[in-house]
Amino acid sequence: MAWSRKQKDDFIRNVFFVTAISSIVALALIMIYLFIEGLPIFKVTSVTDFLFGNYWYPTDDPPDFGIFPLIMASIAVTAVSSMIAIPLGVLTAVYMAEITTRKVRGIIKPIVELLAALPSVVIGFFGMVIVAPFLQQTFDLNTGLNLFNASIMLAFMSVPTICSVSEDAIYSVPRELKEASLALGATHCQTIFRVVLPASLSGISTAVILGMSRAIGETMVVLMVAGGAALIPTSLFDPVRPMPASIAAEMAEAPFRGNHYHALFAIGMVLFVFTLVFNIVADYVSEKHKQVGASTL
Amino acid sequence: MKKILALFAAAMLLASTAFAETKIEVKGSTTVLPIMQKLVEAYMKKNPDVKITVSGGGSGNGVKAIIDGTTDLAMSSRHMKDKEVKLAADKGVKANPIIIAIDAIIPIVNPANKVKGATIEQLRDIYMGKITNWKELGGDDESIVVISRDTSSGTYEAWQELVMGKGNRVFPGALLQASSGAVLQAIGKNKKAIGYDGYGYVNETVKGLEVNGVPGNPGTAAAGKYAISRPLFIITNGEPQGTLKGFVDFIMDPATGQKIVAEEGAVPVKK
Repeated sequence: MAWSRKQKDDFIRNVFFVTAISSIVALALIMIYLFIEGLPIFKVTSVTDFLFGNYWYPTDDPPDFGIFPLIMASIAVTAVSSMIAIPLGVLTAVYMAEITTRKVRGIIKPIVELLAALPSVVIGFFGMVIVAPFLQQTFDLNTGLNLFNASIMLAFMSVPTICSVSEDAIYSVPRELKEASLALGATHCQTIFRVVLPASLSGISTAVILGMSRAIGETMVVLMVAGGAALIPTSLFDPVRPMPASIAAEMAEAPFRGNHYHALFAIGMVLFVFTLVFNIVADYVSEKHKQVGASTL
Repeated sequence: MKKILALFAAAMLLASTAFAETKIEVKGSTTVLPIMQKLVEAYMKKNPDVKITVSGGGSGNGVKAIIDGTTDLAMSSRHMKDKEVKLAADKGVKANPIIIAIDAIIPIVNPANKVKGATIEQLRDIYMGKITNWKELGGDDESIVVISRDTSSGTYEAWQELVMGKGNRVFPGALLQASSGAVLQAIGKNKKAIGYDGYGYVNETVKGLEVNGVPGNPGTAAAGKYAISRPLFIITNGEPQGTLKGFVDFIMDPATGQKIVAEEGAVPVKK
């Protein structure tokens, strides 16, 4: 029996619906599991003690489950790496989209993208073996495994994301905006900074948030080069212990469904909330600065 | 049809009795667990008909299980307590502890460090953040960078028990490394650092410290002279028999089991 045109259409529509819904289902399942495994820790410790406690001694007797130093470490590492990665990423994007020739761009773009393809363990290894001793000697530090080292390595990883998403945003700025600016007598530089960048702000902020999400969740690099001291950082060169590193380092040895195990899942919940907030902010910003046509600037 | 069914039933019976005969259950210490898992893997590869299941739960659980008869082999990282020995005797269990390895932990520093040794008290103070300069141990005037294993590692637990003592914690400023290799790497690259690792992991990129004037090596550890060491046990009910004996012999064999013990970072007891 041959299918009617409508049946074919419905069939295809359903296939697409299932593929679209599958990622939502996957996220929902992960979330449910995370909360089922994480919430029991709050029978042992209060939410305030968990979030704002200063000591992380999950295996001691009695244990302490305070993750405040870990949260501060994650925030500090993400902030510092963003300070390095945002200017690098956005300016590289501007250079590729607006300044350089097609030929040079053809060389730079694949190289930047290759940086994104580098496995994080390779970047971590580089930070551990090359950068850490270098930092230690140059700045006469106690250890090269610290917040700054981790931030540089994470910046390496978020630059490609920030760069390529920003570049797309800059490309999509309508041609007549630039032409109008140049026709009014603005220099190329003025046009870039006063017209092109503001017009692509929505895309660039999405790029920045995506880069930061990558930095806050990145595990291998912070595990290898952040140093791992559960202290609230007071200087750029303090060793720190971000949340993902704690989960990765301890999950293997935490007894299944023990308090330590639940506490690690609860850290996962906190990380999930962080990325969720990042994404909501990104959505809000890109919606607010949306460039509609050529006339809204 | 009946014939086939009968044959099938007979085969099932044979299979199940064969299965029952060659099943070994191992329970207990999480310190011995990783070594035991490697031993079991190697043994089952050689003897595919033997099925060994291993689970952790702690030394106390292991000892309890052997007394209650719920396991064939217990793992323990401590001697049996008097109470446990008595309880076993009351239940008619002949608990037979066998030392399979010694867990010796070596404090290590960078080879460029002048300090040769420390006392247990000094090590404790360093890890509590009380001693912060190498000059207090006769070294250069430089701050000490304290490196520890993660709080959930077995090596950390042994360090906690043998060096820190009850109620004393490794201070939060210590750098925590997730693996033995990472500790070696960090110390090999940092001349201010101190750390610790299981004997089997320590290599020439770092320098082992003497503890209370005794160098840590298989000899001193086996003789009980080296302070940061403890025996690791397996406990059987009476002399091991049959399949179990085969497995115990494999563990104690210098060419097979004891070699795996050394690879896993502990000190072998037979050479």
